Amino acid sequence: MGNVSNGRGGSSVHVIESGDVGFATTRVDALLNWAKKYSLFQYPYVTACCAMEFMAMASPRFDMARFGAEAPRFSPRQADLLWVVGTISQRQAPALKRIYEQMADPKWVLAFGTCASCGGFYDNYTTLAGIDKVIPCDVYVPGCPPRPEAVIDGLLLLQDKIARGDRTPGIVKPRTDPLVPDGSGLVQIGKKPDLGGDSEA
Amino acid sequence: MSKKVLDLLKEKFGAAITETHAQFGDDTAVVDPASWRAVAFFLRDDSRLSMNMFTDLCGVDFHRQRAEGQPRFEVVCHLRSLQHAHRIRIKSRVGDEEGETVEIDSLVPVWRGADWFERETFDLMGITFKGHPDMRRILMYPEFKGHPLRKDYPANKTQPLIPYREGTQDKLFPFREDEGMSFGRQTFDHRNDRGES
Repeated sequence: MGNVSNGRGGSSVHVIESGDVGFATTRVDALLNWAKKYSLFQYPYVTACCAMEFMAMASPRFDMARFGAEAPRFSPRQADLLWVVGTISQRQAPALKRIYEQMADPKWVLAFGTCASCGGFYDNYTTLAGIDKVIPCDVYVPGCPPRPEAVIDGLLLLQDKIARGDRTPGIVKPRTDPLVPDGSGLVQIGKKPDLGGDSEA
Repeated sequence: MSKKVLDLLKEKFGAAITETHAQFGDDTAVVDPASWRAVAFFLRDDSRLSMNMFTDLCGVDFHRQRAEGQPRFEVVCHLRSLQHAHRIRIKSRVGDEEGETVEIDSLVPVWRGADWFERETFDLMGITFKGHPDMRRILMYPEFKGHPLRKDYPANKTQPLIPYREGTQDKLFPFREDEGMSFGRQTFDHRNDRGES
């Protein structure tokens, strides 16, 4: 008898071995969530420069296909995951909302980059200050643009939330480079960055 | 060579050219708005000038800097001649001191390329071009009220087309009331303005 763990406290799948044939038991919702999380069909709503990073992430070097999020669908009716990649203007907001409403349930939304998350540095008359003003958002990936690693973090976070059935919004935390001690590679607001470098580097 | 263009203009139009200057190779003529299109036709058709390339057209708002009795807006147009390799900037002050009845003749009959430039200037500055074939907004949506590049428009005031979801606020840190884009708040009290909308 073995267990397949989802890594989040307790297993949802029980593998029972008896005699010649083995079989497994699981809850239907756990099985469905497992299937959903590895078969995300994505609709890229790409408006701005973050698209370059999106292309990098979808291409073989970073390889989004590893996570089952392989096939982009250019019809919202066939998609599960809406990537909002780039700045959304006030003029575009109704179109974005309509795209979201056209998607079939279950559906998820990922805000790619700072502009989609909160409007970025655009404090002006034309920019929507974050897509969550018009549509609910599941995962925010900050960055201008975010590194592909951060986006993959966001995708894994979304898969984790799908497996748990959790719809509370999540934000991808900044990564620290394990080779740089104390996170000094990150520039922090209100703190003067140490540009001296250390002797080992 | 560059001086020649201004001399020709002054010779032809006289008092309609209210001011000229030439600096760093750029000639500028300030034109009476009544002769705006006549000057443009002359610049295009005269064989000594033949300004056949329409480069740019935009508006300027002198909301705070204007002198007493001066019109509030200015239309600026850049032209170039590909044959003679010279260029000129023509300007004209339009509207009254408060920015009412801001209109000037359209240059679309002279250069087709002026079409979208004039629509943009109309959209963002509120300058109407008489005789333009299609005087609509080009960047902002038709529901937008006001002209956002006027100095008395609050630069960070949004006009959403659809209502926001419950529990969301328009501006987030660091773009709330006392933060963010300070230069957008120099000319008006944006708190009162936002309260009205």
